[in-house]
Amino acid sequence: MNIYVLVKRTFDTEEKLVVSGGQIQEDGAEFIINPYDEYAIEEAITVRDAHGGEVTVVTIGDEEAEKQLRTALAMGADKAVLINTEDDVEEMDQFTAAYILAEYLKDKEADLILAGNVAIDGGSGQVGPRVADLLDINYVTTITSLEIEGETVKIVRDIEGDAEELETSLPLLVTAQQGLNEPRYPSLPGIMKAKKKPLEELELDDLDIDEEDVEAKTETIEVYLPPKKQAGRILEGEIPSQVSELVSLLRSEAKVI
Amino acid sequence: MSKKVLVLGETREGALRNVSFEAIAAAKKISGGGEVVAVLLGEAVSEFGNELVAYGADRVITVEHPHLKSYTSDGYGQAFMAVVDQEQPEAIVFGHTAVGKDLSPKIASKLQTGLISDVTDIEGEGDDAVFIRPIYSGKAFEKVKLKEDGVVFITVRPNNIAPLEREERSGDVSSLSVDITNLRTIIKNVVRKSAEGVDLSEAKVIIAGGRGVKSKDGFEPLQELADLLGGAVGASRGACDADYCDYSLQIGQTGKVVTPDLYIAAGISGAIQHMAGMSNSKVIVAINKDPEANIFKVADYGIVGDLFDVIPLLTEEFKKVM
Repeated sequence: MNIYVLVKRTFDTEEKLVVSGGQIQEDGAEFIINPYDEYAIEEAITVRDAHGGEVTVVTIGDEEAEKQLRTALAMGADKAVLINTEDDVEEMDQFTAAYILAEYLKDKEADLILAGNVAIDGGSGQVGPRVADLLDINYVTTITSLEIEGETVKIVRDIEGDAEELETSLPLLVTAQQGLNEPRYPSLPGIMKAKKKPLEELELDDLDIDEEDVEAKTETIEVYLPPKKQAGRILEGEIPSQVSELVSLLRSEAKVI
Repeated sequence: MSKKVLVLGETREGALRNVSFEAIAAAKKISGGGEVVAVLLGEAVSEFGNELVAYGADRVITVEHPHLKSYTSDGYGQAFMAVVDQEQPEAIVFGHTAVGKDLSPKIASKLQTGLISDVTDIEGEGDDAVFIRPIYSGKAFEKVKLKEDGVVFITVRPNNIAPLEREERSGDVSSLSVDITNLRTIIKNVVRKSAEGVDLSEAKVIIAGGRGVKSKDGFEPLQELADLLGGAVGASRGACDADYCDYSLQIGQTGKVVTPDLYIAAGISGAIQHMAGMSNSKVIVAINKDPEANIFKVADYGIVGDLFDVIPLLTEEFKKVM
């Protein structure tokens, strides 16, 4: 089976955010594989081990993203592709990313494409379904279970907490939700092997993409931190009197009840 | 220039979702005086048309088909694109719901336009509208607009944009016949795991429990308080990992992002991942035995104490005054 995983290198949102000049400052921050993409990588490896084939992880970014690709290879992916847009793309949005990925994937005859359902930095959750639409293949988002039996693919997906059971077929793009699996940690032999696995680097030229074709459709005007909350009030006294004070504050001061 | 705006209305358990009314309010702002047309897709949905008009839609178009009984991106995609072809809208608004999140990228891709997802606020009106959305798990916000001419397409996060006042208004409810074919996904079954009644992402009041709840049974007093206040019960990842409750209740960076009017965190320490899912709630109450717990830093009101003492007393106290 020919399996592709779309991966994004993301700012670790557990880091402290610093904004200056309307931009998030990334210097010295920790970067990780988007956590939802880790579920996608794990699932891809599991499917390959059960059905045979090859797992290729693909990302768009600059050379820094090699580190995350090597981690995916160390987990067990077979090949990695970095589409380096550093010199060609100044502003990227979901339209841009999906266009580039679809151009790369269009002649790959992928049976199964996996991605995270959302990236924890931008949080739009658009790229997976957009890629599927451009490739004219079916997609299923926020999946929590995947079973492939011959031509049939049985999936459970999370829809706002409920579990929807459905059937579809390959070729298919799915996006991973938490609960799909428990991503493995790269083993030491895995890390050693990953160093020798192929990592291909491509630029827009290699994909016959003009810079104009991938111009972002949206524009971020400003990035800012939410206003600091005033320190809250810790109530005092016996618990029963705190409780009645709280109820009256919620009614009269906060006016939420 | 005024814009014609399409809004996707959504129903759940036989009623329109609040987020659909909020989406109409957002559409009104974007329209700059243009027409707001609500769209309803389903097996039998025309009965809901007038309610969308009452909340501000100028007109409603329904597409009814047996293949639209359950949501599939193929079925809804074909139906919605048929409406787009007929109406030629200049803007589109969906709720940022399971359906909205799944369908909007497909429609945006077909229209080759930008999509601004998970919008929590709109500044300006008409052509000057700028959209505000949380990024980095709610730790920052960005202001975004469409770069060039094209269809303005946004999804709005539930519970953030106030709906218009409900009024008796008149507006045409018409149906469009669309041939829905070649569905590549077959829905077999939906297993309800979320609590009956109030949907967590749209709840005005959420009572959330963490590890401090200690067991499945420990959620009972929280549920009792939630029922009394017409709210929903949520949980931290810790409580879900410990198997005290289903992951469908999880609020946080992984899990649901919620913005209720009142969020009561009981026995939740306040890990940064949890805060990402709830820190934009309007009023936060923290109840925790540990006075040093992080959750007190974002709380508007805090009680240092055992949740099993505090929550039942709180329920009793609310019963007295409500």
